[in-house]
Amino acid sequence: MSLTKDQVQHIALLARLSLDEQDIDDVVAKLSSIVDFVDQLQAAPTDDVLPMAHPFDQSQRLRADRVTESDERDKIQKNAPQVQDGLYLVPKVLD
Amino acid sequence: MSSQADNLHRLTLVELASGMQAGEFSSREATETMLARIQRHKSLNAFITVTEDEALRAADSADQARASGHAGPLCGLPIVHKDLFCTSGVLTTCGSRILDNFISPYSATVVERMAEAGAVMLGKTNMDEFAMGSSNETSYFGPVKNPWDLSRSPGGSSGGSAAAVAARLAPAATGTDTGGSIRQPAALTGTTGLKPTYGRVSRYGMVAFASSLDQAGVITRSAEDAALLLGVMAGFDERDSTSVDQPVPDYLASLSAPVKGLRIGIVRQHFDEGLDAECAASVKDALAVLESQGAILVEVDLPNLDLSVPTYYVVAPAECSSNMSRFDGARFGHRAENAEDLLDMYCRSRGEGFGAEVKRRILTGTYVLSAGYYDAYYLKAQKVRQLISQDFKAAFGNVDVIAGPTAPTSAFALGEKTDDPITMYLNDIYTIGANLAGLPGISVPCGFSADLPVGLQLVGPHFAEETVLHCAHQYQLLTDWHQRCPEEFS
Repeated sequence: MSLTKDQVQHIALLARLSLDEQDIDDVVAKLSSIVDFVDQLQAAPTDDVLPMAHPFDQSQRLRADRVTESDERDKIQKNAPQVQDGLYLVPKVLD
Repeated sequence: MSSQADNLHRLTLVELASGMQAGEFSSREATETMLARIQRHKSLNAFITVTEDEALRAADSADQARASGHAGPLCGLPIVHKDLFCTSGVLTTCGSRILDNFISPYSATVVERMAEAGAVMLGKTNMDEFAMGSSNETSYFGPVKNPWDLSRSPGGSSGGSAAAVAARLAPAATGTDTGGSIRQPAALTGTTGLKPTYGRVSRYGMVAFASSLDQAGVITRSAEDAALLLGVMAGFDERDSTSVDQPVPDYLASLSAPVKGLRIGIVRQHFDEGLDAECAASVKDALAVLESQGAILVEVDLPNLDLSVPTYYVVAPAECSSNMSRFDGARFGHRAENAEDLLDMYCRSRGEGFGAEVKRRILTGTYVLSAGYYDAYYLKAQKVRQLISQDFKAAFGNVDVIAGPTAPTSAFALGEKTDDPITMYLNDIYTIGANLAGLPGISVPCGFSADLPVGLQLVGPHFAEETVLHCAHQYQLLTDWHQRCPEEFS
């Protein structure tokens, strides 16, 4: 196993993802097999190679700084699990 | 029903358009025929949502538009959208529990452009959850069945789109392709699947999986239909920051030239171990057909082909883990009940909302981007990606298009590869390179292996959709593999 159970639980917390206790061994095994698989990249000679972030050598297009969106709060909040007075409700953050 | 209405599902988009224009049948008749077939073949599980009422309304207004001389290029033509495209007022799930209640407040540019051209949306097709899968088995709504053999997978992630077109439930479907998700299901279902150049079609309103790889395209019954649809979908969109501002050529007009003199690259590494013998034979037969018409076959090398799958499984999960962070249970989608606090709400909403494969990719992506591992994995993969891209550039110095197999085997059994992610990932070995390098590619049917369809893949340089479509169309003029239909659905 290239990953330990503790490592996987730490990554899951970073990713804000709860894992069922009964699934954890399987998740550790499969993630380890993926990490082992992608480890074959380490052997590729890439000393003078620039990393590729985008399929073309293209810089990000800029647009004029003007308002383009209209207020659609009511429409958008129809999908919200819980709202009140136009605000999203979540469990209490501060006491 | 008249005998003509019984025949409408057999027609391609181009044939439907000319029949409607000649007044032989209406869009309403074509739409009713397709909707009835969708109902009859529900057990394929190709659809997540069928928009019957909206479709009939759209068909009627298309018929009126045509009668008054205002027919757009897709006027009255029935199509279906992969459930990853946002459709205003219609459920948009991405095959996930976390979005199983999400009614999109807006439409994707692709959806909008097709509707403006007169297309009639019949519904939304099933897919691997968030497009993460190669078999359609990761969908929260269950796997789609391959119309050629109901015990087999139609491929994925655009499996519902491919099955719907193969079973003649719709003449055409949209799809998305991040590592082969249009081309591989097209190959496995005997349909034609086009993935355009990165940036050619707007990604606005396409739920993001891996933003530097994702591209929208189509699954159709012919390259000619794909050319018709691409002409409508393609083009600059200021709402997608990576959309490319280049004129859209007349793709239909470019189909007719012969392939004489076209230089076709054959990749030595494509025929190494791992490729099924009957698939290899079908692909070689297809190349011989093109050669007989005067195309010139040239051997080329893609020396880093083997590294494309591991490169993809670093880059794609990394981008996935960032994109999936928007699903937090706070503003839309599934929220876990009785959360103790905010952290608990995030963790459990996502834990309950995402399936096993999506979780694996989020975790892989989080790992390769985390402190201490970024250089070893993510940066390394982006460098190897550069090498893979340079291999293609070198090959296109000598050839106009690269031809080879789309997938290593024909359709595999449902359940066959679900226990081993690596085996599943290797299904995309021939398709992933085009995504890493941003190139256009198409899969066209070229034969059968064990009575199941086999796909020929054609990949071109950036923005060479015309070459790819032209070569595919000329091949389809000489062969009838693309016209084969599973008997039960003919």
